[in-house]
Amino acid sequence: MRTAVIAGVADHPLRDGKLEPGGSVLAAQARVAAAALADAGASWSDVDGLLSTGMWGIPGVGQLPTVTLSEYLGLQPRFTDSSNIGGSSFESHLASAVRAIERGACDVALITYSSTQRSDRSRTLGGRAPVLTMQYETPYGMPTPVGGYALAAMRHMHEYGTTSEQLAEIAVATRAWAALNPAATRREPLTVDDVLASPMISDPLHQLDSCLVTDGAGAVVVTTEEHARACGATPVHVRGYGEAQSHWTIAAMPDLTVPPSAASGRRALEMAGIGVDDIDVVELYDSFTITVLLTLEALGFCRPGEGGEFVSGQRTAPGREFPMNTNGGGLSYAHPGMYGIFLLVEAVRQLRGECGPRQVAGARTALVNGTGGTLSSASTCVLSVA
Amino acid sequence: MSAPPAGRPLPVVDADSAPFWAALRDRRLMVQWCGTCDRHVFYPRALCPHCHAELAEWVECSGSGTIHSYTVARRPAGPAFAADVPYVVVLVDLDEGVRMLSNLVTDDVDSVRIGARVAVRFEDVTDEITLPLFEPAPDA
Repeated sequence: MRTAVIAGVADHPLRDGKLEPGGSVLAAQARVAAAALADAGASWSDVDGLLSTGMWGIPGVGQLPTVTLSEYLGLQPRFTDSSNIGGSSFESHLASAVRAIERGACDVALITYSSTQRSDRSRTLGGRAPVLTMQYETPYGMPTPVGGYALAAMRHMHEYGTTSEQLAEIAVATRAWAALNPAATRREPLTVDDVLASPMISDPLHQLDSCLVTDGAGAVVVTTEEHARACGATPVHVRGYGEAQSHWTIAAMPDLTVPPSAASGRRALEMAGIGVDDIDVVELYDSFTITVLLTLEALGFCRPGEGGEFVSGQRTAPGREFPMNTNGGGLSYAHPGMYGIFLLVEAVRQLRGECGPRQVAGARTALVNGTGGTLSSASTCVLSVA
Repeated sequence: MSAPPAGRPLPVVDADSAPFWAALRDRRLMVQWCGTCDRHVFYPRALCPHCHAELAEWVECSGSGTIHSYTVARRPAGPAFAADVPYVVVLVDLDEGVRMLSNLVTDDVDSVRIGARVAVRFEDVTDEITLPLFEPAPDA
């Protein structure tokens, strides 16, 4: 059977959170795809699979992204996937590309994403008529997406005594990683007091508990191990993957403190045949600090309710016991609406040992967990170098 | 067509939700009931999400419930809510066993607590739409 591997990755340069140089989401994806193909040593002419999604679209938001993009890129792919399950989409795209390559549906798959939300001065989540199930949330002024995360955080605090200081520890440690990453948007030092003194957005979440709002673009190249080696790339193996979805409206979330990464993580680790103790570096979707805390518990890195204690004392900061979100995360590196592709980019670079001052020594196995919607969807991947 | 009223974005009523919103105009909070698995269901839909039987029955709720979680919005969810900040978004567990999102109407947003008892109050927004909001229960 063919073995699918990640052969190349790239993220688009940003300046002050905006694409550098500027351009459309199509131009950004073209540039970042070229960079990822160059990273893999692969050619445009080899690409026969395209996976992409986003908040842009022709004729309307979110519509036909691979159809539009393949034309722009001069590709006629024989395998495409434009599934949109929110910010976790790209971990699912990776799993989809792996399956397609293993069964011969394509040979070289390109996964791309871009958003120009910062340059556009817009977040596209609000302002739509409350149709279908949104009619039970939007009329009440539910702040989207922060409100759902705030409801989960408040419930976690109620059940387990988790504190705002503990949540702030995550933002502070993540900023310390960003300080080591020249590509990160926010690199100046941050303290727990800074987080607590930042404006409250939706109790108990402050502005600095929340991700950045930036542009961005990323790309991942997936191909056979044989082709990757022929191109001179260092193959990164996809040992396991798993998906889960539990709700859309926050009132339907089965347990506000247990995101669907509990199920996706279990599936991915079972497929990989390893446990959480075997993981060297962790890249977790950090739309908000509470997202990280709930995900750590759900994945089994600590027990339910112990997430606050787990992250205390800067445990996830550079040089400490639990390296996490090593590029600076959505909290400090960049967050262009859907962040999941950047988790993959950073994990691959860590496993290939390319991260300079932020390199996690001896990183062989990484866990990546995307979260989409309002803790609605999760997609987990376990990656490793041989 | 008249301009939309200033204020909240209005629910776009559909076939599933029409009985729910129609009952609210009459100041009744109605939810679906599944006779097959003997459970209340919210929000309204075609099939029971638990046993997938067709849902046809509606029952009136007491309007009493308990706060499961809440947040105080310090930034508005769009310009329509700018005059309302700070306001409370709340998850209410109705005594009938279903959970719904709403607002808690209170002059003291810092007094809200998980576990507190609440009661429905009907807020007429337009001739067609009455929203089921909540307030602290009278005996709370």
